[in-house]
Amino acid sequence: MNNHDISTSGKQEALVEDYNKHKPVTMPGSPGTKKVPGGFNQAMLSRAVIDAFFKLNPRVLWANPVIFVVEIMAVLTTFFTIRDGISGPATNFWFDGQIAIWLWVTVLFANFAEALAEGRGKAQAAALRRTRRETRAKKLIGEQVEEFAASQLRKGDIVLAEAGDIIPGDGEIIEGIASVDESAVTGESAPVIRESGGDRSSVTGGTRVLSDWIKIRITANPGETFLDQMIHLVEGARRQKTPNEIALSILLAGLTIIFLLVVATLEPFAVYSGILISLPVLAALLVCLIPTTIGGLLSAIGIAGMDRLLKRNILAMSGRAVEAAGDVDVLLLDKTGTITLGNRLAVEFLPAPGISPEKLADAAQLSSLADETPEGRSIVVLAKEKYNLRERDLSSLGVTFVPFTAQSRMSGVNLSDKEIRKGAADAIEDYLHAQGGALSPEVKNVVEEIAKKGGTPLIVAENALALGVVYLKDVVKGGIRERFTQLRRMGIKTVMITGDNPLTAAAIAAEAGVDEFLAEATPETKLKLIREYQAKGHLVAMTGDGTNDAPALAQADVGVAMSSGTQAAKEAGNMVDLDSNPTKLIEVVEIGKQLLMTRGALTTFSIANDIAKYFAIIPAMFAAAYPQLGVLNIMGLATPQSAILSAVIFNALIIVTLIPLALRGVAYRPLGANIILRRNMLIYGLGGLLTPFIGIKIIDLILTALGIV
Amino acid sequence: MKAIDILQILLYLVLLIALVAPLGHYMFRVYNGERTWLDRVLNPLEQLIYRLTEIETEKEMGWREYAAALLVFNFLGLVLLFLLQLGQGYLPFNPQHFKMVKPDLAFNTAVSFMTNTDWQSYSGETTMSYLTQMAGLTVQNFVSAATGLAVAIALIRGLTRRTSSTIGNFWVDLTRSVLWILLPISVVGALVLVSQGVIQNLSPYLTVSTLKGVGQTIALGPVASQEIIKELGTNGGGFFQANSAHPFENPTPLTNLLEMLAILVIPAGLTFTFGRMVNDARQGRVVLTAMIFLFVIFLAICYIGETAGNPLVSSLGASGPSMEGKEVRFGVANSVLWTTVTTAASCGAVNTMHDSLTPLGGLVPLWQIMLGEVIFGGVGAGLYGILVFVILTVFIVGLMVGRTPEYLGKKIESAETKMATLAVLIPAITILLGSALAVATKAGVSSVLNPGPHGLSEILYAFSSGAGNNGSAFAGLNANTLFYNLAIGFTMLIGRFGVILPVLAIAGNMAGKKAVLPGTGTFQTTGVLFAGLLAGTVLIVGALTFFPALALGPVVEHLLMLYGKTF
Repeated sequence: MNNHDISTSGKQEALVEDYNKHKPVTMPGSPGTKKVPGGFNQAMLSRAVIDAFFKLNPRVLWANPVIFVVEIMAVLTTFFTIRDGISGPATNFWFDGQIAIWLWVTVLFANFAEALAEGRGKAQAAALRRTRRETRAKKLIGEQVEEFAASQLRKGDIVLAEAGDIIPGDGEIIEGIASVDESAVTGESAPVIRESGGDRSSVTGGTRVLSDWIKIRITANPGETFLDQMIHLVEGARRQKTPNEIALSILLAGLTIIFLLVVATLEPFAVYSGILISLPVLAALLVCLIPTTIGGLLSAIGIAGMDRLLKRNILAMSGRAVEAAGDVDVLLLDKTGTITLGNRLAVEFLPAPGISPEKLADAAQLSSLADETPEGRSIVVLAKEKYNLRERDLSSLGVTFVPFTAQSRMSGVNLSDKEIRKGAADAIEDYLHAQGGALSPEVKNVVEEIAKKGGTPLIVAENALALGVVYLKDVVKGGIRERFTQLRRMGIKTVMITGDNPLTAAAIAAEAGVDEFLAEATPETKLKLIREYQAKGHLVAMTGDGTNDAPALAQADVGVAMSSGTQAAKEAGNMVDLDSNPTKLIEVVEIGKQLLMTRGALTTFSIANDIAKYFAIIPAMFAAAYPQLGVLNIMGLATPQSAILSAVIFNALIIVTLIPLALRGVAYRPLGANIILRRNMLIYGLGGLLTPFIGIKIIDLILTALGIV
Repeated sequence: MKAIDILQILLYLVLLIALVAPLGHYMFRVYNGERTWLDRVLNPLEQLIYRLTEIETEKEMGWREYAAALLVFNFLGLVLLFLLQLGQGYLPFNPQHFKMVKPDLAFNTAVSFMTNTDWQSYSGETTMSYLTQMAGLTVQNFVSAATGLAVAIALIRGLTRRTSSTIGNFWVDLTRSVLWILLPISVVGALVLVSQGVIQNLSPYLTVSTLKGVGQTIALGPVASQEIIKELGTNGGGFFQANSAHPFENPTPLTNLLEMLAILVIPAGLTFTFGRMVNDARQGRVVLTAMIFLFVIFLAICYIGETAGNPLVSSLGASGPSMEGKEVRFGVANSVLWTTVTTAASCGAVNTMHDSLTPLGGLVPLWQIMLGEVIFGGVGAGLYGILVFVILTVFIVGLMVGRTPEYLGKKIESAETKMATLAVLIPAITILLGSALAVATKAGVSSVLNPGPHGLSEILYAFSSGAGNNGSAFAGLNANTLFYNLAIGFTMLIGRFGVILPVLAIAGNMAGKKAVLPGTGTFQTTGVLFAGLLAGTVLIVGALTFFPALALGPVVEHLLMLYGKTF
């Protein structure tokens, strides 16, 4: 057992744990002034309103065919209304005018939804830009240090960063160790240690060296740095439609074309039947039928999905990755930090025959008093809790602490009359032999049993006598078992990855409730495992931080790289977790699923809405020629005009009503597909069928009461 | 509602469902290349065909090659049939000495039989020679049905194969469909029909003197051989003008039942074949369930419409069900059942004049055709049509479980969505645009017999029947004009290949994908819920597309009838 390793990883875990407790709720510098319900502030809302008008530009709107059609209809209706108002029989001027207004409002509402979704990202990008001020770089040319503007640095340059310097660009530390404040990128104020070699050698431009110095080899040209990437991502500047979004857009475009033809051919059918339908009424019917609800909210849903990840401090490199996360059905989870707390804790004292438990506990506690590792502390605490042994002041006892070394692989204390040592079984056995003692078979048995159960046995010896064994256990995080049960219900398999031997791994796997485990894992076996799962038709997600994780991260369908990890890992993955918290992989999957669900739910809702709109508009349209069709006016709408107008108004208002849902995502519960489907079908399918009947009727009542039509 | 009516309808449904498994299983073995009991006779014949045509049976085709072979074959058939009609005056087996068929009618008819539509703007007994009927129309009845089967099987292969670039060999699928499925059933069926009194001869028409002493010509011909494939291949083109209302085509209650069974037996059986081929019988069952569910709904509407009759007629003292345009020997139940069967499938054979149905009763065949004839549907065409709807349903609803939609483990992405949308869009657009063109032009309107909403229904029906490759008609419309022969001719072509090509593209795309393992997080495409969703999608897409037009046609006509208004 390598105590050194455990202690540092333990510290890091403690940091993460600690961080989770005080997790900042928003991204760095997000403007958090006056809050309004829904998590938006006044400034963002007014900005979105203004943007909604800018988005009326047809060249911008062209990207959204459904809403583009609405805009064309709005233009045509406006034109005909004004023309008739000036020259023609202006009998319907007021009615046509209202349709025109509501069509424009429909477009604006859809634009507003998108602008609002983009708003948060824009605000964050602005905040990030403020941190990316022009810095000076201390470039090393040979042994000389020369000052340059950071923007002049190129890949391969070597720079020096000393205490107080802002690191001028992304790079790899080639020499030195320093504590770095990365809050500009991660929002985490606790400094992190960066050092050359190994998995903590990468630094990000824009972060600040707090102490010591480092030499950095720059790995990204200006404009391609992590910070630049992040700004682009949150701003949505390079936002491309994701595969599923494209597929859905095609379907929506198809529906739009069908309804365009339905309405266009209705004109000759009506003429044949001796009915004249005015253009504003045809435009109203068309806009009601084409899927404006989902069409107007589609891009907002996508942006909001990325945004939800961002709020959890995860940067998705593409929307594609977010979607893929929803499809994932195998999660590879690192044991340490994700499944277990990451440090082993003492849970039991098992004395050797003839030794009282108190004596063992006392010796164990004495030997651990100066041991600042979590393991050491847990022994002190256990002894206190179980046998009421108080902590003692070492200096007053006149003892010397023997720290852990790689050679002895033990730690302990020397008292005036005795030596106490604790360590792994083989180390203590050697020690006992040297003292002329031996390990009793009983103690050996206990050691083996603990190992079998997945624990770590620590033997405590006094002089040449083994007092007994301290049972250190890898403690599984509270609630993780339930989480895995939920995942199983969602159809997601969990696989624990650990460097432990198979015996230990099996024990922890059983305790944590994971489905499978990979013991004695190496980067190669990890990569092989991913390939095997993919070959069987699974989609795999994993987290990783080391350079040797890069191939696996690249191979996985969703690879979340820890921000604390190497540049190579970050480039290989398709997401970066700024908090470096591997547990979040589960949330990533949930957000991906929620994104797809929201799209499906609003599409279903949108299409189901059309039935009611037909029942409002069709009888109204043909009322003059075929009053008998009034039978279809099952909502009992007051007049043909109020019926048509009510449908158009409902169609516009439903977009703005559903904006919060689009941005928040539909309620998500970790259940099996069948239950989720039934629930969502009920809410959005049946709800989508019935809501407009009620909504249109209410609007009709209001319009009639106000005497507007 | 009479108990005897219900009993007859139930008997039909029970027999149909009983045939699903045996025939479906047999077809599975045929397409899977497994041994069947007909191999002894047919294998040598098959090998002979391949040797003569130099077909490389082992050569698998990608979807584009498959589609190209299909198009070449069908258009050669079109040209041959066109020429045969033009030249029939100079060819043998023409005892009545029919002259060449008018070119626009010949074009319309050639397209009609090649596309499995069998829309007829002519009367068989006064237009077509025996040679044209036998070597032209009947041959196309076989191969157009086999084409549909081939496409359906290619689509299933596309859904089941993994990371494959091919979907089968068109020539083999075509040959095996004809030899193992259509031909044997037709031979047996034709003999049974002959035993019941369906005629089969090459004699000149008889002229007899009636009891009144008036001379009457009785048309004859090789009817039975064409009759059986007309139903079995869901073609529907009658030997005689009166189609299956003619006693020589459909003489007895037994033939009536058998012919109705022949219409739906292959489309229904294919759902079972599908389940076997994808190795999950439930996938086939869910499709069949949705079909039966929709079928019963439409049958009920038609039955209610016809038994309620016309209040305007009732007020004249002739109460009871509407018998106009129906054969008395079949009555309401068998007429309504046949009407629903023939338009659920893309058959179009009739034993009742659809134009004479009550508005509500007439709405049923019209709307069923508009839905894309996916309720059982045409031979092959019904299955690939409903699978397109399955893909759309999975895509829309499947998202709601929080995964990229997948069907049978294959992800449905933009390419499939595009093609599935096209397959629904193209026929719908064709119907709407064609009908709009007709009502907006003098050439279109002048053929209409009945003014008012019924006239609109007649036009809508003509273009729906063409685009849906059904072939039945609201015969009040005089379709044998230059305008309609050409317009409906092109409608049939677009309706046929505008669906087949997207379907083959889907097959090709899906074949290339790898499959994802199903789990509890996977959207289930089996079970009652999915059957309901599938039926719902079919209805809603159809309703949303055609509701305005239907409102001005049969719906308003029905309401006007209730209010006692006539035109």
